[in-house]
Amino acid sequence: MKVLMFGWEFPPLSSGGLGTACYGLTKSLSKKGVQITLVLPYSADIGYSADIGDSGFIRIIPAGSIKLRRIRSILQPYMNSQGYRKSMSKSQSPGIYGSTLFDEVYRYTLAAEEIAEEEGFDVVHCHDWMTFGAGIKAKRKKNKPLVLHVHATELDRTGGHPPNQHVYDSERDGMHKADKIIAVSKFTKNKITAHYGVPSEKIKVVHNGVEPSSQSHYHDESHDENFEIKKNDKIVLFLGRLTLQKGPDYFIYAAKKILEHQKNVKFVIAGSGDMETFIIEKAAELGIADKVLFAGFLSQNDVERAYKMADVYVMPSVSEPFGITALEAMKNKAPVLVSNQSGVTEVIRHCLKADFWDINEISSKIISLLRYKPLHETLKENAYFEARKFNWDVPAEKCIEVYNELTKNF
Amino acid sequence: MVSVCFYFQLHQPLRLRKYSVFEIGKHNNYFDEHKNESIIKKVAHKCYLPANRIILDLINRTDGRFKVSYSMSGVALEQLERYAPSVIGSFRQLVGTGCVEILDETYHHTLASIYSKDEFNEQIQMHNKKIKQLFNFRPRVFRNTELVYNNEIAELIGKMGYKGILAEGADHILQWRSPDFVYKPKSTKMKLLLKNYRLSDDIAFRFSEKSWKEFPLTAEKYAGWISKVNGNGNVVNLFMDYETFGEHQWEDKGIFEFLRHLPYEVLKHKDNDFVTPSEAIKRYDAVAELDFPHYVSWADVERDLSAWLGNKMQQEAIKEIYLLETSVRLSNNPALIDEWRKLQTSDHFYYMCTKWFNDGDVHKYFNPYDSPYDAFIAYMNILNDFRIKAGRLSNDFNMPEIAK
Repeated sequence: MKVLMFGWEFPPLSSGGLGTACYGLTKSLSKKGVQITLVLPYSADIGYSADIGDSGFIRIIPAGSIKLRRIRSILQPYMNSQGYRKSMSKSQSPGIYGSTLFDEVYRYTLAAEEIAEEEGFDVVHCHDWMTFGAGIKAKRKKNKPLVLHVHATELDRTGGHPPNQHVYDSERDGMHKADKIIAVSKFTKNKITAHYGVPSEKIKVVHNGVEPSSQSHYHDESHDENFEIKKNDKIVLFLGRLTLQKGPDYFIYAAKKILEHQKNVKFVIAGSGDMETFIIEKAAELGIADKVLFAGFLSQNDVERAYKMADVYVMPSVSEPFGITALEAMKNKAPVLVSNQSGVTEVIRHCLKADFWDINEISSKIISLLRYKPLHETLKENAYFEARKFNWDVPAEKCIEVYNELTKNF
Repeated sequence: MVSVCFYFQLHQPLRLRKYSVFEIGKHNNYFDEHKNESIIKKVAHKCYLPANRIILDLINRTDGRFKVSYSMSGVALEQLERYAPSVIGSFRQLVGTGCVEILDETYHHTLASIYSKDEFNEQIQMHNKKIKQLFNFRPRVFRNTELVYNNEIAELIGKMGYKGILAEGADHILQWRSPDFVYKPKSTKMKLLLKNYRLSDDIAFRFSEKSWKEFPLTAEKYAGWISKVNGNGNVVNLFMDYETFGEHQWEDKGIFEFLRHLPYEVLKHKDNDFVTPSEAIKRYDAVAELDFPHYVSWADVERDLSAWLGNKMQQEAIKEIYLLETSVRLSNNPALIDEWRKLQTSDHFYYMCTKWFNDGDVHKYFNPYDSPYDAFIAYMNILNDFRIKAGRLSNDFNMPEIAK
């Protein structure tokens, strides 16, 4: 089975869960003998400490059956037009790039068409809206089936606020032209059927997996000096993009409420994003700035250390299609509190849940978790064993089922 | 001959509210009265009343040859009195036939037998009084909460003057022996009746299981199995939750029809009859003395205490509630003591069980919480609030610190 895959995030150039998901999935597919050509945008100027190399291929998985192609573009999935213009002005060869974000998508799509011309493949598989156009072109070029993998929709990203019409249209167009849609949760599938006019038979739910633990040595109660945390402080962790979808503001309000009842708690916010300034200012405004620590965007190693250090990991997402970080936290023995408005709640039971807007419930549960040792221990232990059962093999198998089903009829 | 001894347990706990951490100290109401009311009404309608009607009818039609026994927890009776009093009336009719025996248990359906002999004793006496008051009946046979049993418990019950006690016919105790005989507990003169779990669970659990090789179970087939015990046993003890009839097994699966026909099918074999526990005890001698050194219950596959005490949360919660005994008694405040006892009901700890949480099953039935963690959180917050109350009312300055 040969798959032409279109993505845009891939480690070490990840800024969110999509890179993680793409990596995990392609690695597992590759192990199962699927030959993947993964098309990614190339962005040298964004500032991640990544060594891409000059060969034109990104060799991340050595000797695997994945061939990687770059497209010269500074496409980043979470940037809005403002952010884009900022990074464009930093780029070294402005003449090559189009003047708006959507021009970039168009360029990506065109370049993809060229690639589709050259490559041999049985199925096209693309991840999220920016690649949908490319997927459609590739499908048309060689008359092959198209699978759309929906990791997030514009509705999730804007969480109740008006979506960007162009992005929504791209998503909708792609969904209607695709032969099959893969959604990362029932939550997402329901969003698609409700808001994009897609019949439910067309959508298959494939829950995300999680990578097995890295080899890093596990410490119990290691409180890192860098974070200026005293040994008897409890740590409540937020790790994710500081953007509306992830609910960092609800995190801050909960922090305020918790600190009214319990003093020895520190709140660590790991991540960056468009709401960063707002959150910093809000913490100051609420008078809790000395208890809220901003760790910034963390590398993979530091992410794991953050989980290991945390007494609770909170994911108060407003609309989370899946939420791999919850599984990662559980694997690192951090008990989790996740919002009910997330896909991951469909597959985990050893966690605490609350509605993202319910500050009282969130705070009450976190305080309970910090106060009652048997609760903390039982939840931590059971969550650890539950998370260990997740891998990328099951999702990969399901994708292969989809590939087989589609190629039968073409 | 084979004597069939039916025993039905009737219990509904007083479920707790989702008490938040911020309510500690406010002394808000702990119990979810709305939920408890709606559940007891629903069960009364779907199960207790229709089943009682059928059984009363069967007793009359068989001229009193059909007999059954019950025990009802005090907390269930209180709720019935309040929200479904016709059920009490219906039980009075049943007792009036003379073919229905009532057993004693702990009033608040607790595990006090494990933690406090004084409490155990008092809760049983309270229950005894309640049964006398409501039904003008004096129980002579005892069954502990969830059939929790060991030698020590039997000894205590024997000393209180009971003639008999029920227990689970657990394989690891019986080994080669059969539950279909009357036994004697260690070091006491009472008699011991053991549940035949295979035949009991055939009705209570497997009845509507399409994948079961004996599905569908007819009264005729089942009566045949009972008759086979002839020559290999004296009694067949069928102990189960009363909610089997209409709740665990739904009406449309034919459970009431099964019940209606069963007595006739059993009595077709001339050597069979029905007995109450007291009759079984009177008629048959104990064939052996049985040693139960460890606790046995009728719960889950393990038949032990793990359903209530298997994880750290449960162990902590139950330890904490019994730690308050001295304080609560010191207060001499009846309302406080009553509230303390309601917090001892075994169901609260059952809801915190993580054993089968991955599958979600029997433990989830009527469980007011989405997860065992939510159950523990609500309980501990309530406990901490109660602790403050108890401390104040008892002026006890030696109160253990609130868990921080």
